[in-house]
Amino acid sequence: MLSSKHFFLLPALLTLVAIILFPLLFTVRVSFSSWDVFQSGLDFIGGSNYVRVFADDRFWQSLQRLSLLSIISVSLQYTLGFALALAVWKQVRGGRLLRVLFLIPMMTTPVVMSVIWRTVFHESLGPVNDILSAFGVGPVPWLSSATGAFISVLIVEVWQWTPFMFLLLLAGLVSLPKEPYLAAAIDGAGTWRTFWQVTFPLMAPITIGALIIRLIEASKIMDTVYVLTSGGPGTATETSSYYIYIRGLRDFQIGYSAALSLVYLVIMIISLTIIAKLLLRTLVGKDE
Amino acid sequence: MNKFYHTLKTLFLLGWSIFVVFPFLWALSTSFKDANAITSGATYIPWVDFEPSTQGWTSLFTNGSQGINIVGPFIDSAAVTLIASLVSLILGTLAAYGLSRFEYRLGFVKNADITFFFISQRIMPPIVLAIPFFLMLKELGALDTIFGLVLVYVALLLPIAVWVMTDFFAGIPKELDEMAMTDGCSPIGAFFRVILPNSVPGLVVAGMFCLIFGWNDFFFAFTLTFTETQLLPVSIVSLNSSVTPWWSLSAFALISVAPLALVAIVVERYMSRGTMSGAIR
Repeated sequence: MLSSKHFFLLPALLTLVAIILFPLLFTVRVSFSSWDVFQSGLDFIGGSNYVRVFADDRFWQSLQRLSLLSIISVSLQYTLGFALALAVWKQVRGGRLLRVLFLIPMMTTPVVMSVIWRTVFHESLGPVNDILSAFGVGPVPWLSSATGAFISVLIVEVWQWTPFMFLLLLAGLVSLPKEPYLAAAIDGAGTWRTFWQVTFPLMAPITIGALIIRLIEASKIMDTVYVLTSGGPGTATETSSYYIYIRGLRDFQIGYSAALSLVYLVIMIISLTIIAKLLLRTLVGKDE
Repeated sequence: MNKFYHTLKTLFLLGWSIFVVFPFLWALSTSFKDANAITSGATYIPWVDFEPSTQGWTSLFTNGSQGINIVGPFIDSAAVTLIASLVSLILGTLAAYGLSRFEYRLGFVKNADITFFFISQRIMPPIVLAIPFFLMLKELGALDTIFGLVLVYVALLLPIAVWVMTDFFAGIPKELDEMAMTDGCSPIGAFFRVILPNSVPGLVVAGMFCLIFGWNDFFFAFTLTFTETQLLPVSIVSLNSSVTPWWSLSAFALISVAPLALVAIVVERYMSRGTMSGAIR
């Protein structure tokens, strides 16, 4: 019995420990060293990398930007994804085609699509400004102005990941029980009231799950930014991951970027835990 | 359902559909353009707006200075994704089954903590692991190899497989195992003969997610490979930063995303049947 039970768990557990835990511990060790282009290797300089992190405005600004970007994009994805799921939920004619179509963006590679999006947003040769000019809207500096670049990243994120919300929420809608709807119909509740009093509360657990998964994934965003704007113009769309990437793998400040990435990880874990608890409390009305 | 609501819904679905297909149609159109059709401003419809040319597509299969070879990166991408997904699926399924059927205890660490340990890996930003992975693979001599990437991708995909399969097995009654064991099966035999054949829907969903996240990863491939091994996302990004013309880029992009767009058809089927709900909670 003992051996068969370990036959199941151990291979995966050991693999993950070997591939993740050791590198993570190594990062912790590196963060206390001054490893950079000039001095490679593990010396010990105490916590001075961490002191530097706390005075690094560019890092904290990237974190603010990341929070803003994730919260806005995930809220939009959730609202649109839920609306789409409700719209095709009972759609019979052409429903299958629409569902497949709406799922496709999440299956596509973010960086590959970003290459396309760059041509779409191109200021003089791209289609967006061309179409807008037909309505008399002047050339919008999509990728060369701070606001334009931020909105472009937002649009691409919404395009890419609304399907994920749509997938989870529609799968949830499909498996909802029928009885509460009968009861609501007997009460004479309209579409709007049925949604808020029956559908929305029943969907609360899936809502929480979907929001948290997306927030986790959004907090790592960097691929799209790298291709679409390279963090620019200036640092207008630089997210935390991208900034750490620049420090670590471009400037080769290994020790410092290790400290940055650990601070980032800890902040992510703490803030996502708080958000998860708040969501649980407001939507389900209980802790845990 | 009143008429106003119905019209609103139709407009919304129509608008969103256009938004979804727009970049694909634009890329498709661009892939048949030549320099004239691009530098004079946006053009859309072949034969009407511009004279189509197939150089975007032929350049992908030509070697040398005029061409960009897509075949090599495509094979590398497929190899890494398939091997890593398969390994993750096997290890993840075994672990998930173990966690759903047996009690593990390591000091204060119990089943729920182990499950959490697996799933919580998704929270790890790739950048945290990139540098140690780089040094680790260098140590192993596995930088710029398919083997090295597979190793890293297994770590990336294993949590997904465990996550989907744990929920799936929780929905399979334990009586099924017990019946098999009273029939004389060992626990391992019960798993392979009875549980596994009944787990196809879960395996398909878990496999899909592994394929999606494996095929679409850019960051690790970007930091851990250079010239010998090149995956599609990395190739297109390096093409993008050189002077590659739009028609080749567009054709390249369409070929890169085509295989997984087909996966959407399978995912839709499982989603509508409601098989997916178990995998979500």
